Amino acid sequence: MSEVKKIATRESYGNALVEMGAKYENLVVLDADLAAATKTGIFKKAYPERHIDCGIAECNMVGIAAGLAATGKIPFVSSFAMFAAGRAFEQVRNSVGYPKLNVKIGATHAGISVGEDGATHQCNEDIALMRTIPGMVVINPADDVEAKAAVQAAIEHDGPVYLRFGRLATPVINDRPDYKFELGKGVVLREGKDVTIIATGLCVAQSLEAAEMLAKDGIDAKVINIHTIKPLDEELVIAAAKETGKVVTVEEHSVIGGLGSAVCDCLSENLPTKVLKIGINDTFGESGPAVALIHKYGLDAEGIYAKVKAF
Amino acid sequence: MEVNMNKTELQKTANEVRKGIVTAVHSAKAGHPGGSLSAADIFTYLYFEEMNIDPKDPKKADRDRFVLSKGHTAPGLYSALAQRGYFPVEDLKTLRHLGSYLQGHPDMKHIPGVDMSSGSLGQGISAAVGMALSAKLSNESYRVYTLLGDGEIQEGQVWEASMFAGHRKLDNLVVMVDNNGLQIDGKIDDVCSPYPIGDKFKAFNFHVIENVDAHDFDAIKAAFDEARQTKGQPTAIIFKSTKGKGVSFMENQAGWHGKAPNDEEYATAMADLEKVGEALCQK
Repeated sequence: MSEVKKIATRESYGNALVEMGAKYENLVVLDADLAAATKTGIFKKAYPERHIDCGIAECNMVGIAAGLAATGKIPFVSSFAMFAAGRAFEQVRNSVGYPKLNVKIGATHAGISVGEDGATHQCNEDIALMRTIPGMVVINPADDVEAKAAVQAAIEHDGPVYLRFGRLATPVINDRPDYKFELGKGVVLREGKDVTIIATGLCVAQSLEAAEMLAKDGIDAKVINIHTIKPLDEELVIAAAKETGKVVTVEEHSVIGGLGSAVCDCLSENLPTKVLKIGINDTFGESGPAVALIHKYGLDAEGIYAKVKAF
Repeated sequence: MEVNMNKTELQKTANEVRKGIVTAVHSAKAGHPGGSLSAADIFTYLYFEEMNIDPKDPKKADRDRFVLSKGHTAPGLYSALAQRGYFPVEDLKTLRHLGSYLQGHPDMKHIPGVDMSSGSLGQGISAAVGMALSAKLSNESYRVYTLLGDGEIQEGQVWEASMFAGHRKLDNLVVMVDNNGLQIDGKIDDVCSPYPIGDKFKAFNFHVIENVDAHDFDAIKAAFDEARQTKGQPTAIIFKSTKGKGVSFMENQAGWHGKAPNDEEYATAMADLEKVGEALCQK
């Protein structure tokens, strides 16, 4: 078997911005002194006049983006998820969400896979925060292909969008000619009848691997990739729950307020189902290599396999 | 759509704007009359003299923009917009009522003439900076105005935005501070002094025009003319104003920051303003 290609979705983001920059003249990119890390630096190289470095002032950056959007530009604001969704939460809510301005938030370095920087920079709360803002679309792509498609979909959608990207290089799983990104539509990646694993972001590839391990034990797991957490593909979630009974959610995010909560919100109202939420269990992260952290917090294939098997 | 008014006409219009403020807040039984009245002459000058706008085409692309960063003084903005013809003056009585488009704080989605939703202090100036930057990026000639409270500048975001505006030399941006000296908890220099205000903007590379009498149209005009002449840096105009200006019992009273007059107080306030109006008619 050939080596699986690995790319960090932040890299995909930077590359997609360049592509979209050629197509949309009114696309502008804002950063807060992290262009090298968020990969908007790639866009800066191609379109220096449309790359605005706001300095280390995320709240102001979001407000500037609101003003740009109010005057016809399509601004992408970038920082680490911690600062874009965390520090600037109220600016996103009041200056972008409330007036429903066409601002795209490209947040990188989400989750514990930030690695060595540790807990202060590992945002496991951004999905929860962004999901509560009325009208906000929340997307967490699973790989390079999906991340690039998500950027385009975000542009085509008129209104605020939160895009969540990672620092860690992750396997490319959607590299197929018939791949299509539909905002708000989940993707069934593996059929199964015993349990449904609903995953997002880098946990999708891990869940697929876990499903193969479960199969060897005679457990037939269905795997769904939810790239759009809001609006959630409720129809698909309900149908899968009906089909397999048990549901497991997997995300590199707190079990409070993220994909797991969104799925539970949906199922508790429509089809009460036993749900196991795999994620960060109401705790802060810590320093360490990303892969080791993902293993320690049980978000790799091995961890997912063990939890699903015991469920 | 230019409206060229003489000073007396501007004073008369501002007096009508003040009546609208008092009427709206009285009808809402809530709202912020103090800072609306202190800025009434500024609103009037902006919408009747300074800005390139058209009430019949509120969204025209090349219009000048205004962002009310001190969004709680929405009654002042709404009253000026109504006087200018964006919507009926009569509608001011629906302020803050359930189902009214005149929300407690400016709402760009539903109110004709409102260029940015605002109200959470410190945020409007950033949006205004973004609009000014946008004009520069696409070589458009519109200008952007934003009005801040003197208490509001305690918010750190104001200085993030100012640093950026100065750095980017946004000479199409005018930042105004309504320095009425009072905030909810008392005098601004007792609560947490933002003084010296002008020096702070100077330090952020603004052209600063200080001690402008916010109730003297000659002074207001001179300040805006100077801002228009200023190239290569944004302008900050620090207006010296009287909170509650025009209503005797509200003047210089922090207590009237966010309180509505009862029926009796409303009658007194309107009588004060009628008197001013009559005196202006003698001119």
